Amino acid sequence: MAKRDELIPLYRQLHLIRRFEEEAARAYAKGRIGGFLHLYIGQEAVAVGANAALRADDYVFQTYRDHGTALARGSSPRACMAELYGKDAGCSRGLGGSMHFFDVANNFYGGYGIIGGHVALAAGAAYKSKYAGDDRIAMCFLGDGATNIGGFHEGMSLAGLWKLPLVVVIENNAYAMGTPMSRTTAVTDFTTKAVGYGMASDRFDGHDVRVVQEHMAKAIDRARSGGGPTLLEVMTYRFRGHSMSDPGKYRTKEELEERKKRDPVKLARQALLDLGMNEEDIAALDAEVEAEVQDAVDFAENAEPAKAEAMWQTVMAPEDL
Amino acid sequence: MRTIRYRDAVREAIAEEMERDERVLIMGEEVGHYQGAYKVTEGLLDRFTDKRVIDTPIAEAGFAGIGIGAAMVGLRPIVEFMTWNFSFVAFDQIVQNAAKIHQMSGGQISVPIVFRGPNGAARQVSSQHSHAVEPFYCSVPGMYVVAPSTPRDVKGLLKTSIRSNNPVIFLEGETIYGVKGEVPDLPEDGADGELIAFGKARIAREGTDCTIVTWGSPYYTVLEAAEVLAKEGIECEVVDPRTIRPLDVDTIVKSVEKTNRCVVVHEHWPYGGPGAEIVDQVQSRAFDYLDAPIGRVAGLDVPMPYATNLEETVLPTVERVIDAVKGVTYRS
Ligand SMILES: Cc1ncc(C[n+]2csc(CCOP(=O)(O)OP(=O)(O)O)c2C)c(N)n1
Ligand SMILES: [Mg+2]
Repeated sequence: MAKRDELIPLYRQLHLIRRFEEEAARAYAKGRIGGFLHLYIGQEAVAVGANAALRADDYVFQTYRDHGTALARGSSPRACMAELYGKDAGCSRGLGGSMHFFDVANNFYGGYGIIGGHVALAAGAAYKSKYAGDDRIAMCFLGDGATNIGGFHEGMSLAGLWKLPLVVVIENNAYAMGTPMSRTTAVTDFTTKAVGYGMASDRFDGHDVRVVQEHMAKAIDRARSGGGPTLLEVMTYRFRGHSMSDPGKYRTKEELEERKKRDPVKLARQALLDLGMNEEDIAALDAEVEAEVQDAVDFAENAEPAKAEAMWQTVMAPEDL
Repeated sequence: MRTIRYRDAVREAIAEEMERDERVLIMGEEVGHYQGAYKVTEGLLDRFTDKRVIDTPIAEAGFAGIGIGAAMVGLRPIVEFMTWNFSFVAFDQIVQNAAKIHQMSGGQISVPIVFRGPNGAARQVSSQHSHAVEPFYCSVPGMYVVAPSTPRDVKGLLKTSIRSNNPVIFLEGETIYGVKGEVPDLPEDGADGELIAFGKARIAREGTDCTIVTWGSPYYTVLEAAEVLAKEGIECEVVDPRTIRPLDVDTIVKSVEKTNRCVVVHEHWPYGGPGAEIVDQVQSRAFDYLDAPIGRVAGLDVPMPYATNLEETVLPTVERVIDAVKGVTYRS
């Protein structure tokens, strides 16, 4: 019972992210959303499992593939969808768009578009915790491809040196845009990169949300209790193209179908059934999620467009000089 | 003459120069197997093999540095930035090494390298992906900065850039990769093809009432505005400098001496940059010819917002160009 009750909200989040992303893709195809749209479909268990192990007051940083993480943190689907639609009610007031979700109320410190730079930002948030003597930790997500850029290494180096309460999570989805790992890195076990920076590490499967939560919790505990940073490599896979404009010709249909057998949403659903939850109750949950996502789309469709005043007023922060 | 797209013209220039010179190679993210993020390098991997068409990891500072190092000892690399927004992580290599090594070595070493990729806003790619980078790079001595707007110019100038013995910042335009235009026929085997010199502006449209200086993507906005203005009896002369550094001030000044008015139109932010430089050069050399203060239409002074209704107002528009021209010609 306890296990089932714990899993229900996680399944709900997984399913919510999945349905949110599917609707986002649909709106994009209809021209309601523009720019780059990087979907999280296939990787949902990473953000949901991580969030289940995090405290609400911990700091979270993500790349441009950020919708799932914001939703897992508790951002409202309405605000997220409105952001994609470029509306004033969006989580970044329509100024950031898909790649730049921010929701400080839920300690989601943003989606970043330039590879690597946000690792040091997360280390900086962790630095503040150490400075203030509080026990909030910082978590930073990045892709496998991002491990090749200097920003990642400098962030890791400083976090290791200063034993910062940071968890760096590599979401290894096997590709950096169209490039497989074999052509981006000489060492494919990313945890080896922790060694040189004096960091702990762990490597695990990212499809079963409970497994993710369990491993995340260990790293988070270490950071919170003064044990320093950890580098995590989570083995995952994206079921869609890199972004909406990527037809994904670099991988085979067979590979994709094989990977889809380990669909994190389906795995969690099956786990609920195995734990004795019945189909009707799951269907009721699904219907709730469906209504929430539809509501988000309706809200975004009808919301006010982004405002010029907001654009001008947010160039500089207000002063209290 | 043939009609081809801008992106095909870029590819032809690269292929012709690679064919001609073994030392030329191209490296960057997704240039090979993926055939280029914007299909500029389509087919090149097959043709030149992975010895010369090199997929790199996401490591701009690393591969920019490798390009510079290889150039120092004899290769002629073309380094592609998937977009110029990603060049900032390689800024140190470009500014501190590529631009400096020739002089600080007392002229012993040259750095024949081309850094190229799409510049400026695309559509709704927001704050971190929409930079018009020319102000950052054109202020640095020791490099050329090239920003062609047409297929013919991009081909001729890229060929020159690849043959140059100096670092070249080569700015293409994502939003104009699909633009079609006339280019000379493919050169016979072994022939050079058309090379366009640095520092030579092109008069894109002749006119008597107002000079408009512009380059890159806004070039097409300006041509559209000039059409509209012509219908209202205002004839604009559109000057495309094509290279930002060196800048063909002579051609711009000559045009202003004829029209007595000048408007500069660019995508980059209004503070400084080539926009301000052109205004300064024109006022100092053609002061006595000017009948109005020089006008400027720039990207608005804000980080690029995502929402399309706002982005449209940030970028130079046909309306803003028309207003600026009417302003300097005192017609409203
Ligand atoms: C410095 C920099 N270079 C290039 C890019 C373009 N780019 C965006 S995402 C991406 C691939 C990233 O792959 P990975 O880190 O594995 O993350 P994933 O997209 O798979 O989640 C590239 C090359 C960028 N955003 N920033
Ligand atoms: Mg990846």
